[in-house]
Amino acid sequence: MNLLSHSVLLAGLPTAEGGAHAPVVAPDTAAGGVFDLLWLVIGLPLLGAVLLLAVAPFLPASVRETFDRRGHLVGTAAAVASFVLSLVLFLALLGRGEEERQVGQHLYTWFETGSLSVGMDLLYDQLAALFLLLITGVGSLIHVYAIGYMEHDPRRRRFFGYLNLFVAAMLTLILSANFVGLFLGWEGVGLASYLLIGFWQHKPSAAAAAKKAFVINRVGDIGLSLAIALMFATFGTTDFAGVSEHAGDASQDTLTALGLLLLLGACGKSAQVPLQAWLLDAMEGPTPVSALIHAATMVTAGVYLVVRANFIFELAPIAQTAVVVVATVTLLWGAILGCAKDDIKKALAGSTMSQIGYMMLAAGLGPVGYPFAIFHLLTHGFFKANMFLGAGSVMHGMDDDVDMRHYGALNKAMPVTFLTFAMGYLAIIGFPGFSGFWSKDRIIETALADNLLVGLLAMLGAGITAFYMTRLMLMTFFTEKRWEADVHPHESPKVMTVPLVVLAALSVLGGVLLLGDWIVNWLEPVTGHAEHHEPPLPALVITLLIVGVVAIGIAAAWFLVGKRDVPREAPRDVSFATRAARADLYGDAINDAVVVRPGASLVGGLTTFDRVGVDGVVEGGSAAVGGLSNVMRRLQNGFVRSYALSLLGGALLVVLALLAVNLG
Amino acid sequence: MTFWLLAPIMVAAALGILFVRKAVHAALLLAVVMISLAFLYAVLDAPFLFAVQIIVYTGAILMLFLFVMMLIGVDASDSVVETIRGQRAMAVVLGLVFGAVLVVGLGQVTLGTVVGLDAANEGGNVPAIANILFSKYVFAFEATSALLITAALGAMVLAHRERLTPKATQADLAAQRLRDYADHGKHLGPLPSPGVYARHNAVDTPALLPDGTAAESSVSRVLAARGTVRSAPAMADDIDDVRRQLGGLDGHSDPATMPETSGKAGTPASTEEDEK
Amino acid sequence: MTQYVVLSAILFTIGCVGVLTRRNAIVVFMCVELMLNACNLAFVAFARQHGNLDGQITAFFVMVVAAAEVVIGLAIIMTIFRTRRSASVDDASLLKY
Repeated sequence: MNLLSHSVLLAGLPTAEGGAHAPVVAPDTAAGGVFDLLWLVIGLPLLGAVLLLAVAPFLPASVRETFDRRGHLVGTAAAVASFVLSLVLFLALLGRGEEERQVGQHLYTWFETGSLSVGMDLLYDQLAALFLLLITGVGSLIHVYAIGYMEHDPRRRRFFGYLNLFVAAMLTLILSANFVGLFLGWEGVGLASYLLIGFWQHKPSAAAAAKKAFVINRVGDIGLSLAIALMFATFGTTDFAGVSEHAGDASQDTLTALGLLLLLGACGKSAQVPLQAWLLDAMEGPTPVSALIHAATMVTAGVYLVVRANFIFELAPIAQTAVVVVATVTLLWGAILGCAKDDIKKALAGSTMSQIGYMMLAAGLGPVGYPFAIFHLLTHGFFKANMFLGAGSVMHGMDDDVDMRHYGALNKAMPVTFLTFAMGYLAIIGFPGFSGFWSKDRIIETALADNLLVGLLAMLGAGITAFYMTRLMLMTFFTEKRWEADVHPHESPKVMTVPLVVLAALSVLGGVLLLGDWIVNWLEPVTGHAEHHEPPLPALVITLLIVGVVAIGIAAAWFLVGKRDVPREAPRDVSFATRAARADLYGDAINDAVVVRPGASLVGGLTTFDRVGVDGVVEGGSAAVGGLSNVMRRLQNGFVRSYALSLLGGALLVVLALLAVNLG
Repeated sequence: MTFWLLAPIMVAAALGILFVRKAVHAALLLAVVMISLAFLYAVLDAPFLFAVQIIVYTGAILMLFLFVMMLIGVDASDSVVETIRGQRAMAVVLGLVFGAVLVVGLGQVTLGTVVGLDAANEGGNVPAIANILFSKYVFAFEATSALLITAALGAMVLAHRERLTPKATQADLAAQRLRDYADHGKHLGPLPSPGVYARHNAVDTPALLPDGTAAESSVSRVLAARGTVRSAPAMADDIDDVRRQLGGLDGHSDPATMPETSGKAGTPASTEEDEK
Repeated sequence: MTQYVVLSAILFTIGCVGVLTRRNAIVVFMCVELMLNACNLAFVAFARQHGNLDGQITAFFVMVVAAAEVVIGLAIIMTIFRTRRSASVDDASLLKY
């Protein structure tokens, strides 16, 4: 305890470059007071996970049963306590002057080898504070929701253990003051994601989806780990402070490589093209998982990474451009997927992919975009979690049916779910006044100011978003009812609807963060000061344009879906575009063709070479020796006199040799 | 001179070992070689070795050979057929080449003048050998003692045979004998002794039963198997001869001289011829 | 002096051929003894040639070792004969390929 409460002042570092580039992220105020409890934010959910996963199975049977029945309360309590603590910390941070808002806490030295010393250091700054609130807040709500959603699952204790593990890992990712600690959390959330996607492991599709997510994430993780190694090789440290201080000294090539590697890592975790294929399959997990991990928090870790490593991206324009390109492609990719999916969760997953594309786009635009990336991340966390939970509520009422073609006219059967979902819907399409409107609008505006083409594509994405969200809304809550006679849609219990209401409120009101550019100013010490670019058109015009595009999207959906009958079975004779979108734009096929099959052929070739070539040589050699031995063993005929004869022959040779040497 | 006399004998005897079929003959030929060697040692100023060669080698080791031969069968003679293909031809060829190379090689060596052992043997060969043996070679000497003890123990271990059944006691043997008598009518008492005669008593001559026939069980079965049993009826003529001689002397001759005179008459030899 | 050594070589060679051609284990053993004796002769001859007694000592040791070897060897022959009813070296040929 003594060790943990011992907070230290990490070296206050002067601004290395000054100005917009390489902003300081070094904590320059001492911890103290309530900040001594920073470690508890991670510690509480971790304790919950340990209790539920590692301790409970070894308890006596009676106690274990209690844990099995009441374990979810432990998990929820840990999450809520963590949220309360985060809130207190946030308020305490607000109470400090702007210069003192970066708090470091050194827990212990994790490992020390050679010149590499990695401490278990925490860094609590403006960026981390917002993330903490999002993760623990939305996390707590989803914990509460899951109490109802997982009520009949016999393995609920384990589920909550995994959720707590995820929260602890995600908080580690956010709070770590160096890249190695971040990587620890990064892998931790990957593990939790794997465990939770495959939570219903009896379903082969879930098990396969978990593996797919894990494997594709490994590709990204290689990028991140290489980036960390390169950082250490270049700067001799992996601390955010150290790296940001020395970033200016590195060569341009190194910085570009670092940026691209970090981008690779971000792509894996945030399901950006080309590592996007796992996200839709990840919907095999329980819906609270989809809401928490695969919508609100974990998948946004890539955005966090890019924003956190802004000191590198600022100095690597090529990497920054790559971020923008990847983001724009993903934005459209996800939106197109969302248009064709009939599975409500997959449609939402496509939407998630698309929205993260927006965040990445903003993050790729530099200091002017970072605050909006985070802003959109927060609002998206609210409304997407809201909608996923709403989708879960719908599934709960529809006997776990996920096909939207089997829904219809549910607005009467599930009024609360409908209303809260509608709030999320209005938020995501950017209905004026709702949270999504403010965040997306600013991103598109910034993009237009930076690059006209990217801006227009982002605007197009907003229109498609409006289309597919409207389609989803119409197919689920309006049009004719298409469910079977034995299905009785009903409203979910309070424990599930209350989180929905809270999240709906947040979806509506999330925009207040932008009041007076609060979030921009708040994050400025972390992300650097932005030089404002004037967009090519007045801001009001752009806003009106966006609203117009969104209106077109809604109208298209209304005429294509709302005015027609929705068949219960998906029509087969559809256009090429629809077919492609239904097939995830052939993402799996591309992976298959580009990676899997060449890899399989390579491995096949190698095994053939190994079998024929290497084994041939080895086995041929052994066969030759064996054959020779088979002949030679005839010499071992068991007759002593034969051996004696050879002995005499040998002696004769020796004598001859002696004679040859001495007399020759 | 001694050398040139003994060398051909030794080589001939050694070659004989290669060709005789019976192991006993080989042992005897080896004895010849060894004793000749002993003489050569004497010639070479090694009287101690001369004695050791005769006592230890010829006396002890070779006798050990003969004992073992006795145990595993004296008559067993080797078959002359070679069973390993090419072994004999190869052995002879290699042996000849080896010998030729050795002899030729040694013939090339010039040994120089002979120093002789007169100086070394001053004060006697045996004390001189003892001097070296118990000083310079004392460790080797002690090691040989350990070797000999080990060898003795090893021989005992190897020759020892575990008894598988309990040893028959006197009572067991008596009971067995009575059982044999009851079941097969086997003679209960000791076997009759072989024939004992005034002039000729021998284990190879069966005793005569009261009716004048020979008692077959009175001679060893081994002798019977070898066919060297004399038959009592064949001796009958000898008896008559003796009686005639006695009669010719009117019964007044000196009984002590009679066997000698009859022995000189060479009758035993003639009986052997009769048998054949 | 050469003649002694040559005689030794001849006896040694005869012993060799005997070992190779005879099958009765006892005779084979005798041939080995013959070879040992041939060596002894050479030792004794060389002792006289060089004028010291080391050769004779060596011959003496050879005799001792030969005695030990004969004791063990004959015991082995006995044992083999007892179990296999044969003293032929060719019959003990189970240890082969």
